[in-house]
Amino acid sequence: MTTLELQKIANEVRKDIVTAVHAAKAGHPGGSLSAADIFTYLYFEEMNVDPKDPKKADRDRFVLSKGHTAPGYYSVLAEKGFFPREDLKTLRHLGSYLQGHPDMKHIPGVDMSSGSLGQGISAAVGMALTAKLYGQDYRVYTLLGDGEIQEGQVWEAAMFAGARKLDNLVVIVDNNDLQIDGRIGDVCSPYPIDQKFEAFNFHVIRVQDGNDFDQLRAAFQEARGVKDMPCAIIAKTVKGKGVSYMEDQAGWHGKAPNDEEYKIAMEELEKAGEALCQK
Amino acid sequence: MSEVKKIATRDSYGNALVELGKEHDDLVVLDADLAAATKTGTFKKAFPERHIDCGIAECNMMGIAAGIAAAGKVPFASSFAMFAAGRAFEQVRNSIGYPHLNVKIGATHAGISVGEDGATHQCNEDIALMRTIPGMVVINPSDDVEAKAAVKAAYEHQGPVYLRFGRLAAPVINDRPDYKFELGRGIVLREGKDLTIVATGLMVSESLAAAEMLAAEGIDAKVINIHTIKPLDEELIVAAARETGKVVTVEEHSVIGGLGSAVCDALCAKHPVPVLKIGVQDVYGESGPAVQLLEKYGLDAKGIFQSIKNWY
Repeated sequence: MTTLELQKIANEVRKDIVTAVHAAKAGHPGGSLSAADIFTYLYFEEMNVDPKDPKKADRDRFVLSKGHTAPGYYSVLAEKGFFPREDLKTLRHLGSYLQGHPDMKHIPGVDMSSGSLGQGISAAVGMALTAKLYGQDYRVYTLLGDGEIQEGQVWEAAMFAGARKLDNLVVIVDNNDLQIDGRIGDVCSPYPIDQKFEAFNFHVIRVQDGNDFDQLRAAFQEARGVKDMPCAIIAKTVKGKGVSYMEDQAGWHGKAPNDEEYKIAMEELEKAGEALCQK
Repeated sequence: MSEVKKIATRDSYGNALVELGKEHDDLVVLDADLAAATKTGTFKKAFPERHIDCGIAECNMMGIAAGIAAAGKVPFASSFAMFAAGRAFEQVRNSIGYPHLNVKIGATHAGISVGEDGATHQCNEDIALMRTIPGMVVINPSDDVEAKAAVKAAYEHQGPVYLRFGRLAAPVINDRPDYKFELGRGIVLREGKDLTIVATGLMVSESLAAAEMLAAEGIDAKVINIHTIKPLDEELIVAAARETGKVVTVEEHSVIGGLGSAVCDALCAKHPVPVLKIGVQDVYGESGPAVQLLEKYGLDAKGIFQSIKNWY
């Protein structure tokens, strides 16, 4: 898929994120938007998945360790065809299968329930380990928040993955630099993130702009060539990317836009979509 | 009394895993640097490639187990009860219980009979914690025969199971041809008309001995072995309460939230009768030889007998 095609899909994903969170009157747009390009790249370029056969045995697996960014995850799954896009408007509603955090029992395409931070990476490690134990060649991807890596369990999992040389595992850190209480460096700095993963025997790939598909492509291609080490892709992103008033604002971590704000966001994204069509 | 064979149920766990491992290639055993103590080391010798030591990181081990189950295999995650149910509670709840993944938790060194290690390692809260998780099966076998049967039943059950084992060698009481382990079904070990003793785990053999002492005093006690605390055999317990009018629960666990609470929950709703809860009385344990600790905390046959006699 060309970069332009990916950009167009990501723009649709962003519209769906904002629409779903607006309809839910709750949810996490900031981190969903920062990771929208990563979600899109994974599901439209990188991973071997089939929306018609969501549980096929040899599929690549994805675990959203930063489970609160379910709106981004669900939007890309819907865009890919795992379930209808219009269902996104039922996000977080009573009776909807689109729970506030990923629920593998009810949502087609979701490989692991997650949401309690720090836990998803361990499940991803378990999946990668199983592939190694039983000679299967699927790959496992997990997306973590940069605030999430303050959880100690992340490093338990990283130590294990490094020690076991799980080269079928790719850990992606969405480094948007913000968490609920502010800048991650001010709250309780996890920096230097890259050196920490290196110390845990990961091959680390630094992405200067994790909202740029060419850079993401280069990173994921590099990861495929790595042997005998798990990979960590540290992707610098912009929280709230694509909606001007949400960009780089901690306040939009877990807040839904009101009707007026929703209108502005959609106008901006429509405009961005039109610009992509001119290319 | 002739010498009874004694085997710690943690040994039964290790041996049962080896037997199951021979038949089932999808069985994977996880441990957290306690393989020598949890007895999964026995499995490691037989199937080194399917024994995964996660190091001293129980929360991660539970997550790895979830991932293995999500990938279609059957992990037995093993540690001391304190760490499996206590430290990793939230991982068990959210990564295993909520998605109802097919993970078996083998928790050894439960209760005060851990002995010399003392209060930090004597888990008297695990039954309470595990039975609050929707869909979790909780099993506390009473001896070697039952423990091995329980491990097999846990493998065959689809969904999360918490298995509770002890460190102390326990008398073998179920070695008889008609013994049958059925998940969720209690076993009447002694008939009696004056009261019913409902016991679990190591306390079953002690309760049987206590019943004999009560008989000598003219108190005729029925004894029920509840190996599965969740789902509880309410039918059997309610019927016994109707028959005998009084119930005593005995567990090597806190009297808050464990077997006693589960039995009271059932009886409150269906047939309230006076209940005496024998167990660890809302205190921490301490260091000492296991047998002496059981005596001090009133959890040997004599202590159980005395508590019941005083209450009856």
